[in-house]
Amino acid sequence: MAASPRIIVVGGGLAGLSSVIKIAEAGGTVYLFSIVPVKRSNSVCAQGGINAAKDLKGEGDSVLKHFDDTVYGGDFLANQTPVKNMTAQGPAIIDLLDRMGVPFNRTPEGLLDFRRFGGTLYQRTAFAGATTGQQLLYALDEQVRRHESEGKVTKYEGWEFLSAVLDDNGVCRGIVAMNLRTMETRTFPADAIIICTGGNGAIFGKSTNSVVCTGSAQSALYQQGAFYANGEFIQVHPTAIPGEDKLRLMSESARGEGGRVWVPRDRNDKRVARSIPEADRYYFLEERYPKYGNLVPRDIATREIFKIVYEDNMGIDGQPMVYLDLTHLPKERLHKLEGILEIYEKFVGDDPREVPMKIFPGVHYTMGGLWVDFNQQTNIPGVFAAGEADYSIHGANRLGANSLLYCIYGGFVAGPQALNYAKALKPATGDGGHAAELQRQNEKNKQLTSSSGTENPFKIWRELGETMTKHATIVRYNAGLDEADAKIVELLHRYKNINLSDKSQWANTSFAFTRQLYNMLELGRVIVRGARLRDESRGAHYKPEFPNRNDEQFLKTTKAAFVDGAPSITYEDVDTSHIKPRPRVYSST
Amino acid sequence: MPRTIKVEIKRQSNPDAPVVTEKFEIPYRPNMNITSLLGEIACNPITADGKTTAPIAYDSNCLEEICGSCAMLINGKARMACSALVDKLQAGNPDEPITLAPLSKFPVVRDLSVDRSVLFQNLKAVKAWVPIDGTYDLGAAPRQFPQIQEERYPLSNCISCTICMEVCPQFNDSTNFVGAATIAQVKLFNMDPAGSVLKEERLRALAGDGGVQECGFAQNCVEACPKQLPLTEAISDVTREVIVQQVKDFFTR
Ligand SMILES: Cc1cc2nc3c(=O)[nH]c(=O)nc-3n(C[C@H](O)[C@H](O)[C@H](O)COP(=O)(O)OP(=O)(O)OC[C@H]3O[C@@H](n4cnc5c(N)ncnc54)[C@H](O)[C@@H]3O)c2cc1C
Ligand code: SF4
Ligand code: FES
Repeated sequence: MAASPRIIVVGGGLAGLSSVIKIAEAGGTVYLFSIVPVKRSNSVCAQGGINAAKDLKGEGDSVLKHFDDTVYGGDFLANQTPVKNMTAQGPAIIDLLDRMGVPFNRTPEGLLDFRRFGGTLYQRTAFAGATTGQQLLYALDEQVRRHESEGKVTKYEGWEFLSAVLDDNGVCRGIVAMNLRTMETRTFPADAIIICTGGNGAIFGKSTNSVVCTGSAQSALYQQGAFYANGEFIQVHPTAIPGEDKLRLMSESARGEGGRVWVPRDRNDKRVARSIPEADRYYFLEERYPKYGNLVPRDIATREIFKIVYEDNMGIDGQPMVYLDLTHLPKERLHKLEGILEIYEKFVGDDPREVPMKIFPGVHYTMGGLWVDFNQQTNIPGVFAAGEADYSIHGANRLGANSLLYCIYGGFVAGPQALNYAKALKPATGDGGHAAELQRQNEKNKQLTSSSGTENPFKIWRELGETMTKHATIVRYNAGLDEADAKIVELLHRYKNINLSDKSQWANTSFAFTRQLYNMLELGRVIVRGARLRDESRGAHYKPEFPNRNDEQFLKTTKAAFVDGAPSITYEDVDTSHIKPRPRVYSST
Repeated sequence: MPRTIKVEIKRQSNPDAPVVTEKFEIPYRPNMNITSLLGEIACNPITADGKTTAPIAYDSNCLEEICGSCAMLINGKARMACSALVDKLQAGNPDEPITLAPLSKFPVVRDLSVDRSVLFQNLKAVKAWVPIDGTYDLGAAPRQFPQIQEERYPLSNCISCTICMEVCPQFNDSTNFVGAATIAQVKLFNMDPAGSVLKEERLRALAGDGGVQECGFAQNCVEACPKQLPLTEAISDVTREVIVQQVKDFFTR
């Protein structure tokens, strides 16, 4: 048994910070690695809120209903036991965040306020204005800063995880990381590591995610033998602002507070939006889904908008855009949305209180991720994962406001589990594989800096994004997926001929990016292969050639392993021990 | 000929390297922001006079003005690069070059990237956190009226961009002033029911050298803050409390 176990947490979003806090509290020693200062992690972007069935609105909500909504919303692909546990913990997690000082919105009596989100009929989402993720991240960041000042946590901000150090038995003994200023690579010993590196939106070029969401760490581990599960399940959010560099999210809370999605009934209607009378507007979600209306789950809303634009040719002015209209909302409701209204105003220039917003779906969330057991451990002993980086909880489609809850819950499980594991770990023989892994990473770096090719990494990235967005998002065809895979193989080939225009050894961001790019390409293949082989439609994965869910063949977790340099796919049964799978229908009244 | 955007960037390849200015001309597209301009240069790192150069180093993450990474001087003004739109910057004179430079009061790491960790150190010094007993389930927090939330929330919106420090004439090596952001966080945590248990410690931390007394009320901070924090109000409130605390401490010592 190691005297005082050393745990490394990689990633300082909600999941990473939650695990750090639990370990520090239990007396463990934690080393926290993050590319960006943790307070600038992607979690800061979350807008709408966090779910917990506290039933403070007299609606008869319960954790079992939250459990059922989550499983049903995920089209039964999630293992049910962890979902059950998470939803049961929801109310206590909200109370804890409240105690940490998160400025949640309040009712006149001083209780927590809740709003309704997609895929449920209950007001179950606690929120702090329209910047909930920012407020939650800060609360956890402050707690970690406190533990840091007491010497229980050491932060390595500006360090990038490159790979795990594995000993002769394939047991994790630490990590190799690169200092993004000095460009030094080093190994750090650890008895267990927890990967909380978030999603992989960057593989699609433009998404709602932050710049560092490349999935590079997950991909590196997959290439070292970790299973990557359900890679093909990528959430495309129905409402984002199309942009030059990024698709900025218009949170589901806009619809939760009463926002309505529509297009003119007549596709040639050239009037300005507000002058179009009610009768001439087509509120297509409300008409097609009378019960859930604008708050159908995301995959469904996204496909409907896609169809309105590309099948019915009813996009505004023939463009791929529909209206998201808040102009009818009373002031108090708009006030609760301030943060996102500002985003629209700042980046589009129109005031959404006066003019209906123009939106289109954008890549948003990575349901798939590192395969983990119910203790958050991957198949590599000593490597744990939590947050958007793992595959649990959300199945084939994530419900809005469930991710923030899961990130915290996942971190709360992973931290103590990693600590337990570490306490029972036998010491490594020899150097535990450190020297060999460091050398492997240094060689990769040397190859890159000595490469004198002609390919610009940023251009390869653009091409990757274009092919992924075209073939592997809202609507998928097998021919297109084959084309995408062939394209990525071509890009991997061209990568060998890369030209680093900057070969310096100081704060070389393009060098770090180029390393990540390789991992994005490998993970891109996992997404595409998984989608190609899953001949059904389920949640976010939609194939017109196979429009129905096929439980007999595909009520299964996809597991990708890196074999001979390519993804090899196997399937594993899903835990359906609590709720019997039933057809997923939101259109009834 | 298609329109181009002229950009002049102050660069420095490392903290000891000489400062140089490089000029670029980038093909115009509507709705670009400064971060997408910088992305464009990375794709094609060639200066206006045809010299191949290194992509520009700069910090960014969220691209929607919420992570606080991308503060820099744009046309001489401290602001966030991701929310600085080219069309707006050039309104009226599209031929005028846009100038980019790193924040001037923080050590340059490289090009437009600077080291702002001092703010995180300051937050540690004033214990900007609620010292909860533990993360186990202790039931609901005390009730809090919406009016209190309305007062706390704006202060909690600070993205640690350090622009308020950059624009403050008093934020320099001779005063060691902590800057507006840290003072605003002291107000925030002193207002929290459980956070206020550390109130006295926080006020004492702001009492001496580099504390609230350094503020010269130039009010630059409140004008420049991209998140519209009520900074001058926070500074005067906290200053008042620091003085009260000093008087108390004087008599109890
Ligand atoms: C615009 C937007 C709005 C959203 N709104 C909501 C919402 O309202 N409700 C909800 O429930 N969910 C929402 N989500 C989803 C939710 O915010 C994310 O799923 C969640 O925050 C992910 O947290 P995380 O801890 O897993 O990772 P992140 O917050 O993404 O953090 C990842 C961390 O890993 C670090 N990292 C990454 N790679 C490496 C590496 N190789 N080495 C070292 N460090 C690394 C990063 O620096 C960062 O600290 C939203 C997402 C977006 C993008
Ligand atoms: S107070 Fe405003 S200017 Fe200062 S760091 Fe915070 S957000 Fe930036
Ligand atoms: S990139 Fe996050 S604030 Fe500009």
